[in-house]
Amino acid sequence: MARMKFLCDADRCIDCNACVTACKNENEVPWGINRRRVVTINDGLAGERSVSMACMHCTDAPCAAVCPVSCIFPTEEGVVLHSKDLCIGCGYCFYACPFGAPQYPRIGNFGSRGKMDKCTFCAGGGGTEVTGSPEEFKKYGANRLAQGKLPLCAEMCSTKSLLAGDGDIIAQIYKERVLRRGYGSGAWGWMTAYHV
Amino acid sequence: MMRILARTRYALAPLVFLAMLAVALQAHAQRTDPNAPVEDPDAGAVKEQKLLQQDSRIQGRIDIPDKRARVLIQPAGRVWDHYHEVTLRWIGAIVILGMIVVLALGYWVLGKIRISAGRSGRKVKRFSAFERFSHWLTAVSFVVLALTGLNITFGKLLLLPLIGPEAFSAFAQAGKYAHNFVGFSFMAGLFLIVALWLKDNIPKQVDIDWLKQGGGFIKSKHAPAGRFNAGEKMVFWLALGAGAAVAVSGLLLLFPFYGTNIASMQFAQVVHATVAVLFIALILAHIYVGTLGMEGAFEAMGTGEVDLNWAKEHHDQWLAETLAKERSTEPPGHPTAAAAK
Repeated sequence: MARMKFLCDADRCIDCNACVTACKNENEVPWGINRRRVVTINDGLAGERSVSMACMHCTDAPCAAVCPVSCIFPTEEGVVLHSKDLCIGCGYCFYACPFGAPQYPRIGNFGSRGKMDKCTFCAGGGGTEVTGSPEEFKKYGANRLAQGKLPLCAEMCSTKSLLAGDGDIIAQIYKERVLRRGYGSGAWGWMTAYHV
Repeated sequence: MMRILARTRYALAPLVFLAMLAVALQAHAQRTDPNAPVEDPDAGAVKEQKLLQQDSRIQGRIDIPDKRARVLIQPAGRVWDHYHEVTLRWIGAIVILGMIVVLALGYWVLGKIRISAGRSGRKVKRFSAFERFSHWLTAVSFVVLALTGLNITFGKLLLLPLIGPEAFSAFAQAGKYAHNFVGFSFMAGLFLIVALWLKDNIPKQVDIDWLKQGGGFIKSKHAPAGRFNAGEKMVFWLALGAGAAVAVSGLLLLFPFYGTNIASMQFAQVVHATVAVLFIALILAHIYVGTLGMEGAFEAMGTGEVDLNWAKEHHDQWLAETLAKERSTEPPGHPTAAAAK
């Protein structure tokens, strides 16, 4: 069984934000919510580094562990999904997430948190909607995985720095890259997310 | 002459080509030769582990308007998760269940502490209507906050298996709103309580005497006390401290990221939850003493009036002051108000 992961090759990322735009468009993410973002460290200085970050779909996801209503769960392929029907918008998953993946629309009383939204690996949602249905799309965004496709952010990456798919395969791709070119800053976030 | 120059032009082209070829071959050799030294174009660039050693979280610059998202990785999230899921649960279970066991033991050993001289049938006014209102406002708010708050930590362990995910989510959602709004009535009630009773709760010499004589726990002796004994004063000050802590941390949690970052939000939640479970244990003891533990105690806050003998046995100095005040304020020639009742 494939274990889905993301890998951002920080040596190739050029902060073009194509991944951000692709995700926003494909999933029709509402205004104010950003499932994927690009963070640039030491911007403008020598040694600048950009990394694209969304949900890493962690092993032993801390968001799933801390959720007071247990609405977050991993699928067989390791994709961490959640049910917006059960979510109460408490915000704890954001405190627990090492990568800042959960987002909340400010639609409650006094602008308080609505239902949590986050990167779904383009695999729809963890609710009761039929896979690939318009209802599922409205709530969670695209379900490309059910069609055998990979997340659009990685597909649209202009430099192929963002890789998504089976963890073993993309780790192999990255390893070959590093060997061939002779350098690599490592798979950012993998230690925290997957304990590897 | 011109033809010689023209012919040199033809010779130059292959020479230039050969030179270019030589350079290209040299570069190619460098790339494919495993022993050739490779230049790392961003050798001076930052690495993830080094950044995490320097600071607890990695952050940079971001293009989107939400500037909070510039935090790339904060591994402390897993630590906070462990505290909330494991440590806090243990603390809460031990403190709250432990308090219940201690109180049960106390009731088993001491029983209900009776009024030794029996009820006199005469009443003395102890708390005004406004004081009782303030207390009950705080108390009822506290119970709602405690139950909905415990639901966040323990609900999915204890309640979710019983009623299923949909019902539990609906309950937890309602609980979240109740907790958020009732917090304000609790803060209002706490403020009133402090304003009303601060001066009666200042520690005095009589409290040390009360403690030395075993407080209210020795049935035969009745230790001296003012309006509030040392035990009640401890509850007051602890409740004030704990109440202030949960109020401040609660407000921070209610308005997230207004001046706080992810680390301070996690800290606010830890303070809020830890102080809250300790507070619950304290109030369980307070509720016990005020209901089961002591005969004649509940009516003080229920009706506002207490039995004279109860007051004599448990708050003798306060009773003396109260009666003296009644005698001094009554018009001359009339029997004392206390004696007439």
